[in-house]
Amino acid sequence: MSKIIPEFIVKKNEDKCINCKVCVRQCSEEVYKYFEDFDLIRIYDDKCVGCHRCDLMCPTDALTITKNNSQYKENSHWDNYTIKSIKKQAETGGMILTGSGNDKPYTSYWDRILLDASQVTNPAIDPIREPMELRTYLGKKSDKLSIKEENGEIFLETELSPQLKIETPIMFSAMSYGSISLNTCESLASAASKLGTFYNTGEGGLHKKLYKYGKNTIGQVASGRFGVHTDYLNACAAIEIKIGQGAKPGIGGHLPGEKVTVEISQTRMMPPGTDAISPAPHHDIYSIEDLKQLIALIKEATDYEKPVLVKIAAVHNSAAIASGIARAGADVIVIDGFRGGTGAAPSVIRDNTGIPIEVALAVIDQRLRDESIRNDVSIVAAGGIRSSADAVKAIALGADAVYIGTAALVAMGCTLCQKCYKGKCNWGLTTQDPVLTRRLNPAIGSQNLVNLVNSWSLEIKEIIGSMGINAIEALRGNRYRLRGIGLSDVESDILGIEHAGM
Amino acid sequence: MNKLCREKDISGCSIFGLINTDGEKVSGRVITDAISVMHDRSNGLGGGFSGYGIYPEYPDEYAFHLFFDSIKAKEETEDLMNKNFLIEYDEKIRTDNSVNLPNKPLLWRYFLKNRNILTKEGEREETFRVVMDINNNIDGAYVISSGKNMGVFKGVGFPEDISKFYRLEEYSGYTWTAHGRFPTNTPGWWGGAHPFGLLDWTIVHNGEISSYDANRRYLEMYGYRCNLVTDTEVITYLFDYLVRKNNLSLPLASKVISSPMWEDIDRMDKKERELLKALRITYGGALLTGPFSVILGFENGIMGLGDRLKLRPFIVGKNENTVYMSSEECAIRKISPELDSVYRPRGGEFTIAMLDECYE
Repeated sequence: MSKIIPEFIVKKNEDKCINCKVCVRQCSEEVYKYFEDFDLIRIYDDKCVGCHRCDLMCPTDALTITKNNSQYKENSHWDNYTIKSIKKQAETGGMILTGSGNDKPYTSYWDRILLDASQVTNPAIDPIREPMELRTYLGKKSDKLSIKEENGEIFLETELSPQLKIETPIMFSAMSYGSISLNTCESLASAASKLGTFYNTGEGGLHKKLYKYGKNTIGQVASGRFGVHTDYLNACAAIEIKIGQGAKPGIGGHLPGEKVTVEISQTRMMPPGTDAISPAPHHDIYSIEDLKQLIALIKEATDYEKPVLVKIAAVHNSAAIASGIARAGADVIVIDGFRGGTGAAPSVIRDNTGIPIEVALAVIDQRLRDESIRNDVSIVAAGGIRSSADAVKAIALGADAVYIGTAALVAMGCTLCQKCYKGKCNWGLTTQDPVLTRRLNPAIGSQNLVNLVNSWSLEIKEIIGSMGINAIEALRGNRYRLRGIGLSDVESDILGIEHAGM
Repeated sequence: MNKLCREKDISGCSIFGLINTDGEKVSGRVITDAISVMHDRSNGLGGGFSGYGIYPEYPDEYAFHLFFDSIKAKEETEDLMNKNFLIEYDEKIRTDNSVNLPNKPLLWRYFLKNRNILTKEGEREETFRVVMDINNNIDGAYVISSGKNMGVFKGVGFPEDISKFYRLEEYSGYTWTAHGRFPTNTPGWWGGAHPFGLLDWTIVHNGEISSYDANRRYLEMYGYRCNLVTDTEVITYLFDYLVRKNNLSLPLASKVISSPMWEDIDRMDKKERELLKALRITYGGALLTGPFSVILGFENGIMGLGDRLKLRPFIVGKNENTVYMSSEECAIRKISPELDSVYRPRGGEFTIAMLDECYE
């Protein structure tokens, strides 16, 4: 018997309840149990994760999930989360696991950055009346084009490095088949193809059913090398080498055996029912020169036709690491900030390791410029991008594009209960249970994602139009259009922006 | 004074340019008459001119015009110049001090020869470096122009006052450009006036670049330092970078700076599409957005260019052997009431007029 105070209280309004038992069937956490002999539904508050599946599905709105106000005595140092963690560990002897991104109250720099707008001296541009361009090309840019003019004809002699064309600077970040369901993968894939952008396979390989979305797929090669083979590499439009993840820098992945179904085992090329463990480092990359070899290997395997992305978690010396990655031949650097999501990570890592994406992005962009190699790579910012405003701020700080993961899941139903690691996702996203995965219809999931990205794109056009900008490249690295609010001098300097009023 | 001014200069303006394509020279009086018609487009806080062909006695030397805040700055500058250059001749720029202008700096011009034997590109690169060095590293010294057989005359005042102050009617050139400034955040600083010059490039510009910091940070990767915090400076450097350092022709450089829209590029035939796509992908940091019309002066001609949406006025007129470019038609009509043709370029369209001898 656990001695931990439940986090939520589930209240059922008996006047409204029609005893239909939807809640019993909907809750995979088994909060509700029906006793036929007594014709009674019993509620186990301690099992509730606060995902709100039951109350939203209840046909008579009879259910309310509230925070349990009966908590341990208030203490600013020994808060409830800490006490509960200690108790859980005393009971189990294990690491505390969690899902999705860091939820601790660290400074969010996005919320301390304000945008500029045009007044009088420079007309704002109305995106409804004027063309407004969001198209972005990701990949290595030549420093210089060689162009010959002969007899009035112009010949382009330089061959461009492979580029990823995206119609809006928003992509879906890596979530593996295994950590999320096939329906969820398909929603992402089909949305990416409708939007003219990319989704990312994560480290779970590519299910046969999804090969048809290859043109809009970034295939990941992570330390476990699950599902990596020639067909996979060539089916994808680009390959991402995952070095680290913002939610768990320095930590590998762990997909419990229960989640490794037959289909997942086939896609990942591993025995069913066994744990899929990806090591913390790539065991063929112990240093930057090894990374260079893997990049070269992947390019060789794909005929130098596909850009190679390298994803790192935002850590203290990201700038120097990014410079090394650019020099190792990557076409795109992905930086994943400490708010980035995860299917499963030890809380202690997720909540304490890494740095904010805003900071990492600012220093990496500046470092690459200081070394005159910013054009050698594109930068994709990831990890906790919540809105079009965050995306605009990221691009103005120096990103070429952003990845969204958590926001995409929320669009498909996620309510951020942070229990992805349990494999019981009531919204059918981070689960392989066939009863639960059916809850996401890929056609609807895809449409929700398309709607989300389209609305953000409209908002980005509105924002840059208000700044008098009509092409996204004119926003990129345009930090002059940002101002800090409530930032110290050090913070302003690191972000490379002036304070409001300057 | 303004070495590390961090507030960006914002101004509206009038611009004017003329070239006699036969290479016949006209007095600075002519362009003064034209720009002064657009008096109301400036507010007395900046005016300036550039003339080409004005120093026939020193055609092969780099003509440096400098503003000094102090004698010390002048001495340091000369020490620096002496490392790379032979100062063939130097003098105080002659002025009419009956014109009452504020904050006048010490104005000096030098005619410089490279000490080392270099290729033409090498000479220009060395000169570029010296200009950057002086502007960045010597407190109170600003190189205002640094091309051959040309010069920039500018300051704080209405253009007609600046012209009188510099006794512009005593110079004659085959190309002239002029600028009247309407800054909204005025440092009242002479270096902030236009035209901006680097080597034989000069820019007069009406507008405000909303992409400024994207362009500045792009240029700073290639050795440019944008200390004057003006759009004009950035535009000049962009042309220098694209044309001198990347060997793009002026038309192609203008396709980078005022790139066609993607939807137009997508519709082009394959060869043109691939070229413009490559230009835009490669030189995306050089795309200018926001309203502007500029006149770029160079050794052999002038080029007019507007923003992609045509958010600032710009008009081109031609009469016999002279091509005029202006913010407003009235300024052209003032000095050439009869015109063979008048043309209003579309957004992003460039207009080039060059000396006849330079056409192949």
